[in-house]
Amino acid sequence: MAMNLSRHYFYAPANPPTNLSERGSQLKIAVCIRRVPDTEMRFAIAADGKSVDSSGLKFDISDFDGYALELALRLNEKQSPGEVVAVSVGGDATPEILRKAFSIGADRGIHLVSDPVPADGFAIAGALAAELQGQGFDLILFGRVATDTGNGTVGPMTAELLGLPCVTAISYLEISAGKGTAHRELEGATEIVTFPLPAVLTIDEGIARARLPTLKGIMAAKKKPIDTRPAVLGPSALTIERLEFPPERAAGRIVGEGADAVPELIRLLRTEAKVL
Amino acid sequence: MANIFAFAECRGGQPRKVALEAVTAARNAADASGGGEVHAMVIGAPGIQSVAAELGKYGADVVVVVEHAALAHYSPEVATATVSARLAGGSYRAAFFSASAEGKDLAPRVAARLRTGLASDITAFELTAEVLTAQHPAYIGKAIATVRLTGKPALVSLRPGAMALAEAPRNPRIETAAPAMDPAAARVVVSAVEQRGAAKLDLGEAPVIVSGGRGLKEAANFKLVEDLAAAFGNAAVGATRAVTDDGWRPATDQIGQTGRMVSPQLYVAVGISGAIQHLAGMRASRVIVAINRDKDAPIFKVADYGIVGDLFEVLPSLIEAVRKARAEE
Ligand SMILES: Cc1cc2nc3c(=O)[nH]c(=O)nc-3n(C[C@H](O)[C@H](O)[C@H](O)COP(=O)(O)OP(=O)(O)OC[C@H]3O[C@@H](n4cnc5c(N)ncnc54)[C@H](O)[C@@H]3O)c2cc1C
Ligand SMILES: Nc1ncnc2c1ncn2[C@@H]1O[C@H](COP(=O)(O)O)[C@@H](O)[C@H]1O
Repeated sequence: MAMNLSRHYFYAPANPPTNLSERGSQLKIAVCIRRVPDTEMRFAIAADGKSVDSSGLKFDISDFDGYALELALRLNEKQSPGEVVAVSVGGDATPEILRKAFSIGADRGIHLVSDPVPADGFAIAGALAAELQGQGFDLILFGRVATDTGNGTVGPMTAELLGLPCVTAISYLEISAGKGTAHRELEGATEIVTFPLPAVLTIDEGIARARLPTLKGIMAAKKKPIDTRPAVLGPSALTIERLEFPPERAAGRIVGEGADAVPELIRLLRTEAKVL
Repeated sequence: MANIFAFAECRGGQPRKVALEAVTAARNAADASGGGEVHAMVIGAPGIQSVAAELGKYGADVVVVVEHAALAHYSPEVATATVSARLAGGSYRAAFFSASAEGKDLAPRVAARLRTGLASDITAFELTAEVLTAQHPAYIGKAIATVRLTGKPALVSLRPGAMALAEAPRNPRIETAAPAMDPAAARVVVSAVEQRGAAKLDLGEAPVIVSGGRGLKEAANFKLVEDLAAAFGNAAVGATRAVTDDGWRPATDQIGQTGRMVSPQLYVAVGISGAIQHLAGMRASRVIVAINRDKDAPIFKVADYGIVGDLFEVLPSLIEAVRKARAEE
């Protein structure tokens, strides 16, 4: 996939930042990644009526987590040599996506074992915070929202548990001298936000499009280490009672061809759909 | 009889529509669970108290006003501390936020601080004394999860537009409160808010969205899409990722899996193929119209009304016809 830097307003300063930490200009970055069903696939609801039937599904790193990983790699390419650590809470298949993160460029992985993955983002945040506490990360990155849960809660919850500054859904980032400036897209406006490091950030799409694994990366991935530990989950107050497909849209119709169909379309929008 | 809390988001000294939605939801929740009071909180620069009457119109019994010269912009840390302190101090049954950019930032922080459950981005809910159940679109809208919350207060963020506004007028009592932390001590600081295009309707609030895809061929041709939006009068302009990637439109116009999720009354897709990632963001629209020269384009599978044809031929006459229809209203 092509990366178009100018479009994404991504900026990393030419001069490496100073006074960042004892490691000088190096950034130690954790990227929290979630294993999710490939969004292009159709799926069935499992027999329990509460989850997706995973048989035959392909899984991948959630979209926005890929952008977070890309951002981490770019920051470290500009300000190398730091460290990018991929962290994931999940069951037996989790190492697959950690290795995928390695093949894209992450240096090492942490697998916090929990099967199933709890539905309450707070339980996941608890496990991530317990692990990342006191490890000296300058940045802890999250996706803005996971494509399966649709929640967007784990990042800010983890920040709160760690007592770290947090900026959510950022579309632009600049880091210099231990401080960051980020943009957040609000409805109809852009917020300019400043914050000190270390910090937790959740990443929106505008910042960086994910790169694909390289052959060299795939070879190197095999040798990169994964630390495996049981997840120390936080408490859960939320459970999923049911998972259902939304009602199908009623079959639509082709009103006609070309400009000749316009009057009929207008009539239908007025009298049938009543939106005009 | 437990009270219900609503966070009423303001911008530029005015309550946003999502603030009124949060108050409406809180009113419904209070009435359905025994008739407690609705306490709405506003945070802002001195003068923000003036929004109280508007919140009362939608059912707020009490408006908690937090005014401070340093709080003209959203401060995540001050808001988290202040809302959390209020919730910890009252015996609220539930607290409603909007799943707007601001509410999605605030609600999870408050949930974590209070160690209580949060149902995020919900479209419907039911509250009893013991549990809150809510509907939440998951798997990029391909499935609906019914979630159940047991914590108290139960925290909820409402998908913008999902809650129909309902007036329940009353004259609210005003309570003033100080920020629960010194704004000068906040680490995360919003230094500016830059408005995009002055009077433009936001995609989340516009009743009509006219969206353009790569079929428009080049950026300049988006004039046609803008003209159609202008003809409707109450429309915002959206785009596909193909278009925002090429810089024809700003990234903030993107609708879909990795852009905005919208559900207007009417969505008009022009020169859009209907990739699954695009459908994820607009298939919940009430009425969908598609204009595409390829009769097999997947967009026609979700469109209520389709015109097969060259958009450069169809749009000029559609713009005229919509203008005329609007003039006749
Ligand atoms: C991880 C990921 C996330 C993504 N997220 C998003 C997202 O959030 N939003 C999004 O939109 N996409 C997203 N995409 C991209 C998506 O897969 C499609 O590539 C994109 O939606 C296609 O945009 P399009 O319909 O404008 O272009 P195309 O697919 O190229 O379609 C153009 C259409 O225009 C029609 N056309 C051409 N000329 C004319 C004419 N003269 N008159 C009438 N019709 C004409 C053609 O028949 C065609 O159907 C994502 C992809 C990935 C991999
Ligand atoms: N099981 C997990 N392991 C690691 N990170 C996760 C996990 N679940 C969620 N996250 C992170 O939290 C973000 C938001 O997830 P959610 O709150 O579920 O939308 C994701 O994009 C990930 O960065």
